[in-house]
Amino acid sequence: MTDAAIAAPTRSFAVDKLGVLIAALAAIAAFLPFAAFRANRIVLGEAKGLFAALPGWEAAALAIVLAAGIGIALFRTPTLWRLATSLVVLALLFVAIGHAGTFLTPPGDKIARVSPGAGFWLLIFAFALLAADAIARLKLKPWTRIGVLAAVALFFAVLLGSGTLNDLSILREYANRGDTFWREAQTHLALALGSLAAATVAGIPIGILCHRSDAWRAPVLNVLNAIQTIPSIALFGLLIAPLAWVAANIPGASAVGISGIGAAPAMVALFAYSLLPVVANTVVGLDGVPPAANDAAKGMGMTDWQRLVTVEFPLAFPVILTGIRIVLVQNIGLATIAALIGGGGFGVFVFQGVGQTAMDLVLLGAVPTVALAFAAAVVLDAIVEMVSPKDTRRD
Amino acid sequence: MIEIEALTKDYLELTVVDHVGLTVADGEIAVIVGTSGSGKTTLLRMINRLIEPTSGTVKIDGQDTRDVPAFELRRRIGYAIQGHGLFPHRTVGQNIATVPTLLGWDKGKIAARVDELLELFQLPAAEFRDRMPSELSGGQQQRVGVARALAAEPKLLLMDEPFGALDPIIRAKAQSDLLAIQKRFGTTIVLVTHDMEEAIHLGSRIAVMDKGKLLQYAPPDEIIARPATPFVAELIGTGERPFRLLSLGKVRDLVESGPAQGEPISADASLRDAYAECLWTGREMLPVVDADGASIGRIRRDDIAHKAERPQ
Ligand SMILES: Nc1ncnc2c1ncn2[C@@H]1O[C@H](COP(=O)(O)OP(=O)(O)O)[C@@H](O)[C@H]1O
Ligand SMILES: [Mg+2]
Repeated sequence: MTDAAIAAPTRSFAVDKLGVLIAALAAIAAFLPFAAFRANRIVLGEAKGLFAALPGWEAAALAIVLAAGIGIALFRTPTLWRLATSLVVLALLFVAIGHAGTFLTPPGDKIARVSPGAGFWLLIFAFALLAADAIARLKLKPWTRIGVLAAVALFFAVLLGSGTLNDLSILREYANRGDTFWREAQTHLALALGSLAAATVAGIPIGILCHRSDAWRAPVLNVLNAIQTIPSIALFGLLIAPLAWVAANIPGASAVGISGIGAAPAMVALFAYSLLPVVANTVVGLDGVPPAANDAAKGMGMTDWQRLVTVEFPLAFPVILTGIRIVLVQNIGLATIAALIGGGGFGVFVFQGVGQTAMDLVLLGAVPTVALAFAAAVVLDAIVEMVSPKDTRRD
Repeated sequence: MIEIEALTKDYLELTVVDHVGLTVADGEIAVIVGTSGSGKTTLLRMINRLIEPTSGTVKIDGQDTRDVPAFELRRRIGYAIQGHGLFPHRTVGQNIATVPTLLGWDKGKIAARVDELLELFQLPAAEFRDRMPSELSGGQQQRVGVARALAAEPKLLLMDEPFGALDPIIRAKAQSDLLAIQKRFGTTIVLVTHDMEEAIHLGSRIAVMDKGKLLQYAPPDEIIARPATPFVAELIGTGERPFRLLSLGKVRDLVESGPAQGEPISADASLRDAYAECLWTGREMLPVVDADGASIGRIRRDDIAHKAERPQ
């Protein structure tokens, strides 16, 4: 009590270490373009600073908000303030970049492109850092974290729905291919979740087998480890020949969608990558079950199956779920490569964009992928924490 | 009744339990004592077939344990281990309900049994039923472990160093609780310990093991008075022998009529405690009272000392 009272005055002027970094990033951002304007999709852009990109009063208001935000980040302020500040600044930045799009695009011009500049991205990064740090310091409960994620998702839904961002290049690309976008989104999710489901269904029993039998353990884990080391593009490519052979030579195979290119080899490759985390975490989780609990279960007359279902599996579950989390986040990213072999997904936009040197199109594929992976990580981390035993020992 | 005959366990070349034979009558507490690695745990776990014997037989109430499936056998036998072995993801109530659930008791009966056991072990059911094991103290966890072992009212209870992890005061309490419960249900108990003091305190018979062999199987007074081998004598501790003998007797056994001065002693106290009291307060005799505090006579220091002599 008294300590805090004495320390408070000095502390309120103390500088926060992360705040220094954030202030430095924001300072650099001030010298970088806030937005870029291009007369059409593929010509080089002209950089626009903050005051060139927005109407004067709006640019000034944003500059003041940014300065205040940097101040709050720089000094040791209450964590809740820091979180609120970072979220408000991030929200305003997104609104502002939308307005910049409208402001910079000549009325009625359908080919001019406005995209966020390096300064914008750096500011987003700096304040996202502040938000992440505040959330970590607040040690939010799992449900609260999911709630924050939902609120952020809702914010973007409203922002996109309101049309505020419609004049940005990435949304222009979207407007040109709305149907394709949602079809590829479905394919992307189907690839990531389907391979995860298959890996879970196959991986957990394999993990149990490896846990119970030393003879299987080393060989199985070594093979799965070796698969992980094959570069993803190579693995996707390597599967083309055998699956093409299967499609051509096994009756009915091509009828159910198996072919050398397309979704089948992508699914197989993602499945192969997914197995190691699931199997390894199942083994580690089962190994971590307290020997005394196992001994008691046997001693009280549980059959092997009862012991597995009621003691070993529930105790290993948080670790297994951690494996599933790794796989889901990894697969959402890796599914992008499926487009290379005709498997579809968000990768389609990325590779088309690279081919046409249209960065906006690349972003149309990359941004949803990153957002999905991030959301999956937040949700699964929260679930893992919810199912993990709490340490509340009293003696 | 448990009849163990020529029970042997080999691990490759190593014989861990070597032709052990002993019988435990109904309602007895047999304590297996010996140094670490002498084969006590292995012997105990062969009774409920957690370890399959290499040769020899175990019969429970005349039935060879190999004639029943192992899991069925184990559901009939209570089993409590050192460090309690509670399931960390299940509540205290669910832990205790384990074997009744396996046996398919109905829900109402299980709930009633859980509450009854918790009260019996002085853990108020309303407060403890829904706690997680990690929310209990070491002594409470140990009591829940024993309650769980007794849940399906087994006639036979196996305990492997059940009090090993407890501090001395809680340990003494746990031991006297066990004796009270054993008396109440008439449970036959086989208990493993490396502590001779505990063996003498709890055992109706003590089995002394060394390097897989059973050296002596006898009531505590006989083990103290006539150790079968120098090893047994050493385990008891030669200097401790008279006091261990005294700890077996009760003040009640030596009460005579007549008055005595000073603080009285309970008729249920051990002779060892009475003798210590005489020495400490410098008295020749102590007044004796029974459980409700009524005077029933006195006990003389010389009589106690006489009891500490080697029996003939
Ligand atoms: N599974 C096993 N394989 C080989 N040796 C074992 C095994 N289990 C126990 N032993 C050996 O058997 C001996 C007796 O073990 P144990 O019955 O646990 O002794 P205690 O309970 O008296 O300390 C020890 O020397 C131990 O190393
Ligand atoms: Mg042992």
